[in-house]
Amino acid sequence: MSASSTLSMFRWMVQRDLTLAWRRRADVMSTLFFFVIVVSLFPLSVGPETQLLRSMAPGVVWVAALLASMLSLGRLFANDYQDGTLEQMLLTPQPLYLIVMAKVFAAWLVSGVPLALISPILGVQFGLSQDTLLVLAISLFVGTPVLALIGSIGAALTLGLRGGGVLIAILVLPLYIPVLIFGAGAVDASIIGISAQANLSLLGAVLALALVFSPWATSAALRISLE
Amino acid sequence: MLEASNLECVRGDRRLFSNLNFVLEPGGFLQLTGPNGSGKTSLLRMICGLLAPARGELLWQGANIHSLGEEYSTVLTYLGHRTAIKDELTAQENLIFSSALDGTEINSAPAVSILERMGLGGRDKLPVRLLSEGQKRRVALARLVVCNTKLWLLDEVLTSLDKNAVTLVLSLIEDHLSNGGLAVVSTHQEFKLAASSFQRLELAS
Repeated sequence: MSASSTLSMFRWMVQRDLTLAWRRRADVMSTLFFFVIVVSLFPLSVGPETQLLRSMAPGVVWVAALLASMLSLGRLFANDYQDGTLEQMLLTPQPLYLIVMAKVFAAWLVSGVPLALISPILGVQFGLSQDTLLVLAISLFVGTPVLALIGSIGAALTLGLRGGGVLIAILVLPLYIPVLIFGAGAVDASIIGISAQANLSLLGAVLALALVFSPWATSAALRISLE
Repeated sequence: MLEASNLECVRGDRRLFSNLNFVLEPGGFLQLTGPNGSGKTSLLRMICGLLAPARGELLWQGANIHSLGEEYSTVLTYLGHRTAIKDELTAQENLIFSSALDGTEINSAPAVSILERMGLGGRDKLPVRLLSEGQKRRVALARLVVCNTKLWLLDEVLTSLDKNAVTLVLSLIEDHLSNGGLAVVSTHQEFKLAASSFQRLELAS
């Protein structure tokens, strides 16, 4: 299998999923709105106590990001499963690993990147400093692909099951814990004025691990789901 | 050459078929018939490699299809009962993306002419959800024109097609067979094909 055809397949898959996401804009927007609203509810309910808001900001934003990324997981493979496209994907000459990577990448572009981009604006409500806002956005940039990668395993395992949505949450949320700890930890560190680098590096390491192992696990789960 | 020896299919706790044997030579056509639930789709999915046989094996050119892996994917085209057509995409986009998935890249000019040949002239820019069932099938079948694979596996391929489309599909299959291709087709309709070797496999319930 030549490198060029592998690359072009990746490109085609990403392009296809982005086109589909654009045609179903409402789905994408709902994830983003969910994130914005959940994060904004806390300052409204706690009141203008800057100290308290500042100390809870990392946890609130990160938990909201986890929940928002759960929302779109159910759709990752379900549509392709129902109309038979997934079967075709298993039958392509290219490795399934690659197709999974392309799908997760496209899903991250439409659901993860917007969260990271909008997070500094939401962070202002918590009275975070400029440096901390930057760390928040960076931590989400590194962390959301991990959420998408790990989530894809859960999505593949629960494919075609009734009540799959709740099951995904039970399967995947425990695996999200390291991402939550390092992501929120980075922002925390920045708030108390120490370097966030250690936590961000650990988050990067988790991303590297997830990049290697999760597409492989997802491919195996898809094969089982489609038998 | 496709060869099945002693295939057995078990779904849940039901045995659908066992001791199933056939040999399909280049240019050969195999029609699968049988009542609903007799295992036609399961057999086709088995030939694809999507479903592992409970017993027995499938050989392509003498090698087990599971040992061939992705190499085997390059020789087959499977058109399932579910057509893999996206409602939100246009007919043209559907054809381009599904061909790309098969490993054949085409751009819009050939895609338009192929869709025209499939009787969808002037409708190639419409989202597929606006098309009728039969027209959606035609979009899915357009893949057969693009692909240059040896082995075609078609599941209930004539469903909701009109007379002209049936003739068109039959001529596509005939061309494919005369070029040394193989085809396994599950259907309830009578097939009138000028194939050099025509086999029929009746699955009992």
